[in-house]
Amino acid sequence: MEFISPEGLRLDGRRPHEMRQLHAEVGVVAKADGSALFEMGNTKVIAAVYGPHEVQIHSQQLHDQALVRCEYSMAAFSTGERRRRGKSDRRAMELSLVIRQTLEAAILTHLMPRSQIDIFVQVLQADGGTRAACINAASMALADAGIPMRDLVVSCAAGYLNSTPLLDLNYIEDSGGGPDLTVGIFPKLDKVSLLQMDSKLSTDLFEKVLTLAMEGSKAIAEYMRQMLLENTQKLAFARGTLKR
Amino acid sequence: MLSNKSFVRKTRHGRVIKVVREHYLRDDISCGALFCPQCDTSKAALRQTAENILVVDTNVVLHQMDLLENEIISDVVVLSVVLEEVKNKNLSLYNRLRAIIDNPTRHFFVFANEHHKDTYIKALAGETPNDRNDRAIRVATQWYQEHLGPSAKVILLTNDMDNRSKARESGIISETVQAYVQSLGKPELLDLVARSDAMDIDKNEAEDLRPNKKAVVYAEHKVMSEITAGLHQGRYHQGKLRVNRYNPFVAYVGSESVGEEILINGRQDMNRAFDGDVVAVELLPQSLLPGSQAVKIADRDDEEEEEEPVGLVPASADDAPQESQVQENSQLTGSNRPCGRVIGIIKRNWRQYCGSLEPMKMPGGSGGNVHALFVSADRRIPKIRIQTRQLANLIDKRIIASVDSWEPNSRYPSGHYVRTIGDIGDRATESDVLLIENDINSRPFADAVLACLPPLPWSVSDQDLLHQQRQDLRNLCVFSVDPIGCKDIDDALHCKLMPNGLYEVGVHIADVTNFVHPGTPLDEEASQRGTSVYMVERRIDMLPKPLTEDICSLRADVERLAFSVLWEMTAEAEIVSVSFTKSIIKSSAALSYVEAQARMDDSRLEDALTADLRNMNRLAKIMRQRRIERGALTLASPEVKFEIDTETHDPLDVGMYQVREANQMVEEFMLAANISVAEKILKHFPAYSLLRRHPVPTPNMFEPLLRTAAAVGVHLDISSSKALADSLDHAVGDDPYFNKLIRILATRCMTQAVYFCSGELSLPEFHHYGLAAPLYTHFTSPIRRYADVIVHRLLAAALGLSNLPPQFRDRSTLTSISDNLNYRHRNAQMAGRASVELHTLIFFKNRPMDAEARIVKIQSNGFIVFVPKFGIEGPVYLIGKGASKIASGSTSECSWVVDEEMQTVRASDGNCTFRVLDVTHVHIEVVEPQPNRPKLQLTLVS
Repeated sequence: MEFISPEGLRLDGRRPHEMRQLHAEVGVVAKADGSALFEMGNTKVIAAVYGPHEVQIHSQQLHDQALVRCEYSMAAFSTGERRRRGKSDRRAMELSLVIRQTLEAAILTHLMPRSQIDIFVQVLQADGGTRAACINAASMALADAGIPMRDLVVSCAAGYLNSTPLLDLNYIEDSGGGPDLTVGIFPKLDKVSLLQMDSKLSTDLFEKVLTLAMEGSKAIAEYMRQMLLENTQKLAFARGTLKR
Repeated sequence: MLSNKSFVRKTRHGRVIKVVREHYLRDDISCGALFCPQCDTSKAALRQTAENILVVDTNVVLHQMDLLENEIISDVVVLSVVLEEVKNKNLSLYNRLRAIIDNPTRHFFVFANEHHKDTYIKALAGETPNDRNDRAIRVATQWYQEHLGPSAKVILLTNDMDNRSKARESGIISETVQAYVQSLGKPELLDLVARSDAMDIDKNEAEDLRPNKKAVVYAEHKVMSEITAGLHQGRYHQGKLRVNRYNPFVAYVGSESVGEEILINGRQDMNRAFDGDVVAVELLPQSLLPGSQAVKIADRDDEEEEEEPVGLVPASADDAPQESQVQENSQLTGSNRPCGRVIGIIKRNWRQYCGSLEPMKMPGGSGGNVHALFVSADRRIPKIRIQTRQLANLIDKRIIASVDSWEPNSRYPSGHYVRTIGDIGDRATESDVLLIENDINSRPFADAVLACLPPLPWSVSDQDLLHQQRQDLRNLCVFSVDPIGCKDIDDALHCKLMPNGLYEVGVHIADVTNFVHPGTPLDEEASQRGTSVYMVERRIDMLPKPLTEDICSLRADVERLAFSVLWEMTAEAEIVSVSFTKSIIKSSAALSYVEAQARMDDSRLEDALTADLRNMNRLAKIMRQRRIERGALTLASPEVKFEIDTETHDPLDVGMYQVREANQMVEEFMLAANISVAEKILKHFPAYSLLRRHPVPTPNMFEPLLRTAAAVGVHLDISSSKALADSLDHAVGDDPYFNKLIRILATRCMTQAVYFCSGELSLPEFHHYGLAAPLYTHFTSPIRRYADVIVHRLLAAALGLSNLPPQFRDRSTLTSISDNLNYRHRNAQMAGRASVELHTLIFFKNRPMDAEARIVKIQSNGFIVFVPKFGIEGPVYLIGKGASKIASGSTSECSWVVDEEMQTVRASDGNCTFRVLDVTHVHIEVVEPQPNRPKLQLTLVS
């Protein structure tokens, strides 16, 4: 299938190095300690963070660091075909684990021993790149909750189709059968905390795709930081600490 | 800007879901005009000098492709909405359109109107997709006119009346294709304009010209929904229609739902289907069969005779007419084969056809529009009705025509003229026809391809010499042995007695992959061409000439890069070890087979080269013997060789190709190299190797051979290749040619060998039947076969010399490459054979002669003879039309008694009997029963 026309446009009109439209909001769930909504094109994810609070199951308590838990789920209405999706199927379990591990690396857990942080992520609309969107949403929600972190965690996917590296695959491109690489990075520290790809790719191509995904992540980081800054300014203004 | 496209789709399970897709609208899409002050002109194609900028609609692209391909049409804007519609409707037209767009001299530009913020439109409520797309085209045209302003005139070309009037309302200049072409003032171009019923103007005109064509000749095709429903219910059957090569009134549809081939008898039941169309077929009840046959006979009266042509001997079972089918044909009513009739066509397989116009009287007054009938060179294609204004120019030319439509009330399909190839009967023209019919690209290489060549003159550089992985073998006495006049020398040999008593034998193959890098235009082109094509008078190269004849060719006394296979062998030709390396060699002699043979035979010569030759020959003989013991078949091929006049390129003489010991020697080492390489690459890449296999023929493929052999009292054992080889050895008759004749007959029972990707089949299926080798591939001719180029890359990767290109890591890509190679290889063979046939025809044209012939098959109306001297085969008729009159008194009233079981023909008066494999004499001459289709005719002489 032709994913990029010879004129250099992808099926949805983007060029290979362009990502979809981003949109983020912070503080969308009033009850939660921190929350965020993150959209990449038609992929829409909501994340809520509770904690740090007392560990619910005593036996799970860690005496030197915080316990981070993550629950990923997909809304029944998130895909075209309405289907009830559990949060305990294999895919969800794997994603929960991936999100947790990626974020745990950023959280300064040793500052909050014997406490628990809960991260809930739900996909409201799925159109490819949910993994990256979930991590970005969760990362913003953690920042909103004021949880101490080394850096923001930012994630972006890139693929390789029709002999071209493509940034931020949508659902059609995702199901095109090519390699799909998701990275999660600490943009300030310039470190990688997540790197996932399930197919074969020669090393030189892999490097090209990886560079593209990292550049994409950095662009997302820029946007997220700005959104958080705006939100903080709004809060500071509301409290009166910041004068216009 | 962002917009969402949403539509409703039905899933496979019948559930209806809503699909929402993002659709980005951009402001950075260039208009493609070189003179545009606002847009980016780096990729622009439209010139200011052009009088008009044309915008075409979908139907113009779908129906007028031949016109668009003409040079005169340039500066065309192809909208992405049009491109998308064309792609969905007809992929081959889409590819042709893409080819025009890619050609920078044509100035076609693709404008992504669907993603441009000003030209994207949303469907209005109640607007059909077609109307919406038409509106999109108009909006885009209008945008162009406004964007470019008065500096250019933008014309919308459309044949849709409604669209045109709406365009006029919104102030767009719009014209029909006919009107536009007429305004160009080139009347001959009008021939290229396809007629279609959508053209309101043309319709009346056509009606006037053919007032008596109201009668319905063919049944209407069923509508698509009915066909789909019928296929579901099992009332209809789907399959690809194959017209019998030897009788265009009989076709077969291979249907999976029926499990065997359905016979379609007569043009009436074929119902306007062409060869290769995917059709829906309804089975006929048995009682209807005689009726359909009557139609067939009636049909035949005004068309050509059904006759088997005289031609070259078939090289394998695939070339020969299907035995069973021919028989079925003659005893049609008694057969159990299901018969059917076509009720609808699911997918057309129309392409361009080569042929000529049927001779007709010149109408008074020139330049008028005339209807003519086009007769295709391919007998399977019906005559095509075309309109032309240049009849006088075309009547004695070979032309290309394509089909536009076939209405039920027309006996023949209607089409249009595409282009002229040349004069009928001209050798070069007829050769071009063969190339076009076999889909062989004989165009010169594009500049982008030539740009990939290393700078000339090329010589081995220090870099190559110092290369770590390249072994310096210049000190070896390497030589090549090829046919006389061979310029693309891709293999060379050496043989050295080592101090330890072993022989070091090397096969050195031109290192083509050093110059052809994966992914380059050069590589793409070679991969598409697949193989060089050898015609009698010319060669169509796979790689550009500098590579083929100079840089890669292992010529004598120059240093060349090679890929070498080196063996250590004992004096008994047992392989002790094998190694592979890239190397540099310097060939000391480029011998011909004749020279090599002469050196070996001349006992006075004692130089080192001759000694090496003799050593190699001795080893080769042992290897050959061993191979035969394993069960390799020695088959004879009746190949012929022409002597060509160097000036006129006309054939002077023809004779059987002589096989010498030297040929066999070179062949033996090439086989060994191929087998060694196959083992090596399969070991490293079990799933991604390109190998060659030769399937075991099925017992019924041997049927004709066994019947013939039984008739002359020879028993053949076909249980295995070994058994067959042995029984062929024992089949010795009273004359020396008998054995060769049996071997020639055996050759045509074989299947074709094919390339395949090792991941697609299991190990036992890799077997090469003819060579009795469990593994085989092609490594030794990378200059003229692309398969060898791939194998070179695989071997280099297996040795760790280079990385395997990523596309080889994909099984489906490799399979599609090997499918293309098989297709190209087969076409190249067919074209080569057709070229020999053509030259045979030219040869006999002015010199009819008598020759000795062998009867190879007796059939109901005579027998088939084979003429060894010229390698031709054809029927001699004893009964019916065209029967030979025997000079020895017996007249045509004399009746013949045919015994197909015993394969004998006896005159009823008893004084003359023919048995299979008997020697007879025939007279060969060229006749022209139908105009412009000359053919050979064989008649009996006493």
